[in-house]
Amino acid sequence: MVALTGDSKIESSEAASIRVWHVSKQFDSADGGITPGALALNDVSLTVKAGEMVCIVGPSGCGKSTLLRMIAGLTPPTTGELSIGAEPITGPGAERGLVFQDPSLFPWLSVRGNIEAGLVARGVLRHMQQEADEFMRLVGLEAFANSFPHHLSGGMAQRVALARALINHPRVLLLDEPLGALDAFTRMRMQDEVLRLWRARGTTMLFVTHDIDEAIYMSDRIIIMTPRPGRIEQIISVELDRPRDRGSDEFLHLRGQILETMHFAGQPLAGNTH
Amino acid sequence: MSTSIEEAVPEAPAVTKSQSIASLSKSVPTAEARYRPQTLLAIPVGALISLGIHYFIPKREPVPTSHYFPTLLFAMLGFGILLIALCPFSLRVRKWMRHMCPILGIATLTTGIWELITCCLALMPLPYFPGPEAVVSSIVNDRALIFDSTWHSLALLLSGYAIGTVIALITGVTIGWFPHARYWGMPLLKIVGPIPATAWIPLAMVVAPSALFSAMGLVALAVWFPVTMLTASGISNTRTSYLDVARTLGANRLYLIFRVAIPAAMPNIFIGLFMGLGTSFLTLVVAEEVGVKSGLGWYVSWAQGWAEYGKVYGALIIMAAFFSTIMTLLFKLRDRVLVWQKGTIKW
Ligand SMILES: Nc1ncnc2c1ncn2[C@@H]1O[C@H](COP(=O)(O)OP(=O)(O)OP(=O)(O)O)[C@@H](O)[C@H]1O
Ligand SMILES: [Mg+2]
Repeated sequence: MVALTGDSKIESSEAASIRVWHVSKQFDSADGGITPGALALNDVSLTVKAGEMVCIVGPSGCGKSTLLRMIAGLTPPTTGELSIGAEPITGPGAERGLVFQDPSLFPWLSVRGNIEAGLVARGVLRHMQQEADEFMRLVGLEAFANSFPHHLSGGMAQRVALARALINHPRVLLLDEPLGALDAFTRMRMQDEVLRLWRARGTTMLFVTHDIDEAIYMSDRIIIMTPRPGRIEQIISVELDRPRDRGSDEFLHLRGQILETMHFAGQPLAGNTH
Repeated sequence: MSTSIEEAVPEAPAVTKSQSIASLSKSVPTAEARYRPQTLLAIPVGALISLGIHYFIPKREPVPTSHYFPTLLFAMLGFGILLIALCPFSLRVRKWMRHMCPILGIATLTTGIWELITCCLALMPLPYFPGPEAVVSSIVNDRALIFDSTWHSLALLLSGYAIGTVIALITGVTIGWFPHARYWGMPLLKIVGPIPATAWIPLAMVVAPSALFSAMGLVALAVWFPVTMLTASGISNTRTSYLDVARTLGANRLYLIFRVAIPAAMPNIFIGLFMGLGTSFLTLVVAEEVGVKSGLGWYVSWAQGWAEYGKVYGALIIMAAFFSTIMTLLFKLRDRVLVWQKGTIKW
């Protein structure tokens, strides 16, 4: 596997900060606005510094994907403002990569075709052909270059989706549970892989996960969200040196702290006294 | 024959393999499972029975003096024996034989039964139901005109089909992609589209500069409706996640239409193309019968006018071969274009 230690082959694109300012999202209801639709996000404000790795954790349906889609420019906020660096977000763009919760590979393109899609879309495929090979190697799928997504396992598909988002060298990479479909071992390997990419590129990363260990292992800060409608409950800084030891005391202490915030800390079961 | 019996045993797994490959055999697994080596004999046996009927049962009806039909049966017999002889040497031949022998054997036998109930037993009234010799000899004797008619039909069909498909893809993509085009186009499509193309014949005759153009236009119209309909629905039902992914990769509108929506709609478009092919065959034959004075459709009605039913059936056989060849080619194209779907398509 090739190590992307900031070598000259990869064009460097400076990371950008993300600013989310008093953003709420109310979805249109199915009946055309007679009753108010679901309030997915309620007054969320956060800033991600350039080059920072931030994880978002929160219960299902709290609006994590919605927040990422808004930063990607795919969904407009109902109220509030979002910006990348100094520029307000008005629509999607190649400088913000998004890895979707379900890989959504183009089934009509081979693995290689999928990874190259961003180059084709930007009309730069001709100069950057070898880039695709590099990314295929990076996610360990050279052998499947000509396979169609139909033949891939869930984890392989998710790795292709990751490579597809990375090939554009986005200034901000948004990851929506990208490792959720992977088995524990591949998952840990991919966590290191993502970390290495992050360090090599210095890309700003906003990473949604269900896995608290993953969040602590990877991120500089962890954003904990409340159940619907989603608000930011707490932001926890993780000041451990990388690579982090998943079994260390600080790690476990943080884990307990987060679980407590999310009301999952071990409580005595009701009715077990007799 | 002992070789083929021994061969049959180690090949048992090959049966299941061929089942998973050929979608056709999937629907008839029992026929495959009941395969016996004797099946290989189906073609020669069918040919021999038919030849027996031809030579040994006295004819009650007048029969052309030519010998094209028995020649054909002998050719079939030789072909069947040749295949059996090739069996021990080629796996492909064995697979093909396993699949095709029963069908070809029965087809050969059917021609013999046909001769039996027409020429020998005179159960079917003449001139409407001639025997096989009359049909085969009329194909052979009239080959120049039949070839010419087939050629004309082919030219007319392909030009009409191509024009209709191109226009349909443009209108279909437009209606499927642009909401305004959809608003105005859809009602028109829903009202005008279902009218069978042949119903426009009176109008087409008046409007078009020549019968040939009117027929071409009708064939094009026959393809246009199903292809437009299915293209439009395929495009407008493109999964939004594909479009979203493309947008975050920096895609512009052209990329979204030509590299996302259209590929995503391809399976639908092919359904439209197949439906359009069916309706265009129909329209072609009718248009040739009533307007254009050439082509297979015209040939059939012309031969019928002279009560030459041998020619009618001959032309029908050619027509069947012609249409099914084109259908097969479209299937081949579909398999090529939709390779990425392999394993998920079931039609
Ligand atoms: N297009 C939409 N139309 C209407 N409501 C929506 C839409 N998308 C999301 N929602 C609602 O917004 C809320 C947040 O959805 P979102 O997908 O952002 O949750 P999530 O935090 O990503 O959940 P999960 O962890 O299960 O992926 C949900 O209650 C959902 O019902
Ligand atoms: Mg989600």
